[in-house]
Amino acid sequence: MSDITESRKPPVATTGILGWLRMNLFSNWVNSLISLFVLYILFQFVPWILNWTIFAADFKYNFNGEEIINREMCSRVLDPENGGACWAIIYVRFYQFMYGFYPREEVWRVNLSYIMLAVAVVPLLFDNFPFRKHFLKFTYVFPVIAFFLLNGGLGLESVSTNKWGGLLVTLVLGCTGIALAFPLGIILALGRRSNLPVISMMCTLFIEFIRGVPLITLLFFGMVMLPLFLPEGIDMDGLARVLVAVTLFQSAYMAEVIRGGLQAIPQGQYEAARSIGLSYWQMNLKVVLPQAIRISIPSIVNTSIGLFKDTTLVIIVGLLDLLGIGRGALADTTWLGLAYEVYFFVSLVFFIFTFAMSRYSLYLEKKLKTGINMGAD
Amino acid sequence: MKKLLSIFAVTVFAFSANAGTLDDVKNRGFLKCGVTTGLAGFAAPDDSGEWAGLDADMCRAVAVAVFGDRSKVEFITTTGKSRFPTLASGEVDMLARNTTWTISRDVNLGFEFVGVNFYDGQGFMIPSSLGVSSATELDGATVCIQTGTTTELNLADFFRLNGISYEALPIETNDEGKENLFAGRCDVYTTDASGLSSTRAAAADPGKWLVLPEIISKEPLGPLVRHGDHQWGDVVRWSLNAMIIAEELGVSSENVDAQKSSNVPEVLRLLGVEGSYGEMLELAPDWAYQIIKQIGNYSESYEANVGPDTPLEIARGLNALWTQGGILYAPPFR
Repeated sequence: MSDITESRKPPVATTGILGWLRMNLFSNWVNSLISLFVLYILFQFVPWILNWTIFAADFKYNFNGEEIINREMCSRVLDPENGGACWAIIYVRFYQFMYGFYPREEVWRVNLSYIMLAVAVVPLLFDNFPFRKHFLKFTYVFPVIAFFLLNGGLGLESVSTNKWGGLLVTLVLGCTGIALAFPLGIILALGRRSNLPVISMMCTLFIEFIRGVPLITLLFFGMVMLPLFLPEGIDMDGLARVLVAVTLFQSAYMAEVIRGGLQAIPQGQYEAARSIGLSYWQMNLKVVLPQAIRISIPSIVNTSIGLFKDTTLVIIVGLLDLLGIGRGALADTTWLGLAYEVYFFVSLVFFIFTFAMSRYSLYLEKKLKTGINMGAD
Repeated sequence: MKKLLSIFAVTVFAFSANAGTLDDVKNRGFLKCGVTTGLAGFAAPDDSGEWAGLDADMCRAVAVAVFGDRSKVEFITTTGKSRFPTLASGEVDMLARNTTWTISRDVNLGFEFVGVNFYDGQGFMIPSSLGVSSATELDGATVCIQTGTTTELNLADFFRLNGISYEALPIETNDEGKENLFAGRCDVYTTDASGLSSTRAAAADPGKWLVLPEIISKEPLGPLVRHGDHQWGDVVRWSLNAMIIAEELGVSSENVDAQKSSNVPEVLRLLGVEGSYGEMLELAPDWAYQIIKQIGNYSESYEANVGPDTPLEIARGLNALWTQGGILYAPPFR
């Protein structure tokens, strides 16, 4: 076993592009067939899609060089054979897609919130961020600032949430839902595994009830029935009611995801923590949860992406999120019939956000080596 | 569930609606009006984010009547399912949301329809290449039909009455119906005539599609308010009627100032030059003048939003004045 021979170069067919192709696309005849088929499909569709979305598309002007102000002026309506997408509908209504009906003179508040959101979230995501500690202090107060900034108060003019829309509503629902559901989910997960029967039963009931009904039902519950439980005279905002429903929904799912992580922690970890005299909370916060959450990352991101996309359901209760604004655009007689453009744009925006979330999850998994067996780590 | 909701609706109404809605609106400084989340010609945001459409005009007319300012209105989007609870809970002051006036909604749900601003009805759309000119010739056709709606029942009745058969292709949404018809998976698409018009306008080549003349159901669409607040109901009712009467009298946003010195007594009463009708409604004396000045008469609103010159191309038909072959009729202004 200890023979030392001179190392030879690997065969040509296993290295370089050729090797990669052979390894990944043409390793046997079934794979080769599938690869050829997929390449054929790509060859057929990619040029067509690129042509439609970019090369033959109108952005602001049609092929006559006129600025497009209605559907009749789109190249693809004037010349169905050659015209591509008519992005003018997005261009003209970009403001609505981003902010809904937020008053134009106040829109700096939304923009400032978007920037502050980035400042609050990015240091949270990357632990090698310079001056991270100081930025994190800002992260904690950001929700309060954002609330007053967007909603008004403290000397700012109040902007009713009826005027919010588009990406603003999608982000408010997505971010708040995900951010609030995480701690709630942890508490529910711990509660469900608690030795105290009352707490465990209450948490189980809550989780099972919420998970047992569709989000739409909860949205209706929030929209229609929640006001009936509030004391006379207290008027809860429509968006806030939907937020309550979304948060409850997400926290139940989050709880189950984290419970899965908790169950994967070997009993020995609990016992070891107990034996060195840690209290219940110390044990969970310092020993169990960090490990449990680490292995739950893929599922946490998964449910978060799910929630982000589910926010489009709020159109059912009359809130106009990104998709709702898109549908509104399609109902304007000026633009009737440009459904492909609108849905393509909305999908693209959703894809950017969900893809970023999914990539970040991969980065985290790599950094924390979640895939590696816990014992051997 | 429906019953439960209506009980809730009634309970809530008992708490919130007894106070005068008109006073609430005046104190708040703007009107809250429930509209659709977007329906071509009736209510949809335009490029600058302003709501436009026949129903949006209805909301604005009421805002003008109360405040003399067409911008004093907040549009609250509602869906087919959320509209009634939203109105019942007092979250909106009125609905102008393509809502069909039926006995159960009027009586059982505790609402009051104050009039009709659009007479709709179920119709049929076909590709013109089918070579059919009447719905009675549709024997054996495949029909795209939204499941669980009254249109489904109306369709069955119509075909049975005429002794012809059809094959139903069940669909869920208007978009789905549109796609199926355009792809040729069904020969006929049936829904409300206004919906058919917007479907047709959205087609790549509208000329290839035909809306048949038969209308097989009554769908009177109108604004509604909560039961029990008659003063507010009157304000909304007469805002609508003022627009209809203005058309009847030939008063439009363009000639309304000249008409102030008209010699027709009803015009003078309408414009607040004579009589004290504004006072009766607890509104400004020139409330109707302002509606006509800022919104226009019914015809102007109709032509701008759904009429033959818009992409929807809906002829006046039933919505013409009673003097012009339609059934649009408002009680006298005296």
